[in-house]
Amino acid sequence: MHKDSILDIEHLTVRFPDKTVLDDINLSIQRGTMVSLIGENGAGKTTLIRTILHQLKPTKGKIVAHPSAGKRHLEIGYVPQFRNIDAGYPLSIKSFVGLNRLKHRWPFYFPQEHAALIKALKRTHLLKLQNIRLGSASGGEKQRAYLAQALVNDPELLILDEATASLDVKAKNELMTLVQQLNQSDQLTVIFITHDFELAQKYTQRYMFLNAGKIETGPVADLSEKFLEAHA
Amino acid sequence: MFVFEFMRNAFLASTFIAITCGLVGVFVVARNLSFLSHTLSEIGFAGAAFGVFVGLSPLNGMLLFTGASSLIVGTLSVEKSHREASISAVSSLFIGLGILFLSLSNKNASYATNILFGSIVGISAAEVNQLILLSGIALIALLAVYRILVFDSFDGVGAASQNIHRNLLSMFFLILLALSVSIGAQIVGSLLVFILLTLPAASAQYMGRSVPSMLAFSLGFALIGVWLGLYLGYVTNWPVTFFIASIEVVIYLLTLIYNRWQTN
Ligand SMILES: Nc1ncnc2c1ncn2[C@@H]1O[C@H](COP(=O)(O)OP(=O)(O)O)[C@@H](O)[C@H]1O
Ligand SMILES: [Mg+2]
Repeated sequence: MHKDSILDIEHLTVRFPDKTVLDDINLSIQRGTMVSLIGENGAGKTTLIRTILHQLKPTKGKIVAHPSAGKRHLEIGYVPQFRNIDAGYPLSIKSFVGLNRLKHRWPFYFPQEHAALIKALKRTHLLKLQNIRLGSASGGEKQRAYLAQALVNDPELLILDEATASLDVKAKNELMTLVQQLNQSDQLTVIFITHDFELAQKYTQRYMFLNAGKIETGPVADLSEKFLEAHA
Repeated sequence: MFVFEFMRNAFLASTFIAITCGLVGVFVVARNLSFLSHTLSEIGFAGAAFGVFVGLSPLNGMLLFTGASSLIVGTLSVEKSHREASISAVSSLFIGLGILFLSLSNKNASYATNILFGSIVGISAAEVNQLILLSGIALIALLAVYRILVFDSFDGVGAASQNIHRNLLSMFFLILLALSVSIGAQIVGSLLVFILLTLPAASAQYMGRSVPSMLAFSLGFALIGVWLGLYLGYVTNWPVTFFIASIEVVIYLLTLIYNRWQTN
């Protein structure tokens, strides 16, 4: 275990009936860093994330979370891989972002919840757009709304599951710049799942490469030597 | 019009029906369950007929059948395409059964029309009380799961990534829907109860941009429909259900036009 890690993954194995997706993985993620999680389709990236989110039980091993001092559990914000928001989607961006407030049952938001909502909108530059329908927002705006929803409980760890996959180059860079700002100004730890080596190199510090159930890690600078040629 | 007891009963009953169906409907529409609510109302018809056949009240027969079938549908496949086909088959069977029970129970044809198309004269004070009680239960149930239901209905993918018991929630909502169908059918009839469960809410989606505002619009549209429908039915002696259906359709068209106009 590292001194300032936010997550320690120890001997993690996840097995489905027909295959072993994660095979005795050991990994530490340092607080305040941005790391990319890279791997082919079906390599097990989402499976790893779902295990971190406690949606899947490890077959073996464990994941130890280290919330910051004074917090009882590690709050994780997750932007899922596939979202189906069509043009007729009725909720405003603000309402959509607020959906993730589940700590209370009462239908109306308490003042501090409302403040959290506004803060999430601010952090994602959506304050001006908060009242437009999410269905009529652009791809980049939608992605920012998903991000804001993941941020609305003020997580210490943010996980983006191929959040840039459907965006054009400009929107990709805008989103990643935004995430980078959050990482730098708020010490938000970020796991960024992607196929895109260039984005990984440009915006993250370390990579985790998932292949055949095993994981390799290193600084993103090594990424080009290691894999770019192989994929060229 | 309130000099007659049956009108007072009908007014009270339809007010609570509108509240329940208007609010629950927002989630029916958001969860794409319009088709299922239609089927449940047909099943409700069979249940009412069965109730008459065995000596239960139509409402209790409906509660029995819709409740049981929502449990069955809930445990059946989750896959949408398969579900719709099996739901169609189930509903055909139930309509057939309803006709059989009615003919076996030797009731006259007007009884059947009342169950199918609704009636305002048939509601007793005791039945009104039961309706109010059932509405209360439905609203409390809605309140109890409000936030997770809202999340799951309006962003299923996002909700799936939180640790919500989605299957349990879905089952819970189906039972709530069965309850609402049974409640609503008491005035508008089982054939058209899905109107109250879908049209006000569909109109509300064009107007509101937050769930509370959609709930408010849907509730308002449902109330306008039943109150105005009741009044017009009283004045003209035409069927109330006809007016309720027409009013909701008109509201739907107006909100649709408003929405188009607003987005352009
Ligand atoms: N619940 C599950 N049951 C069985 N197999 C699964 C399940 N979830 C994922 N898999 C399988 O595990 C592998 C990894 O999937 P996934 O983690 O989604 O990959 P990635 O996100 O890297 O594309 C795939 O072969 C997938 O079919
Ligand atoms: Mg994936």
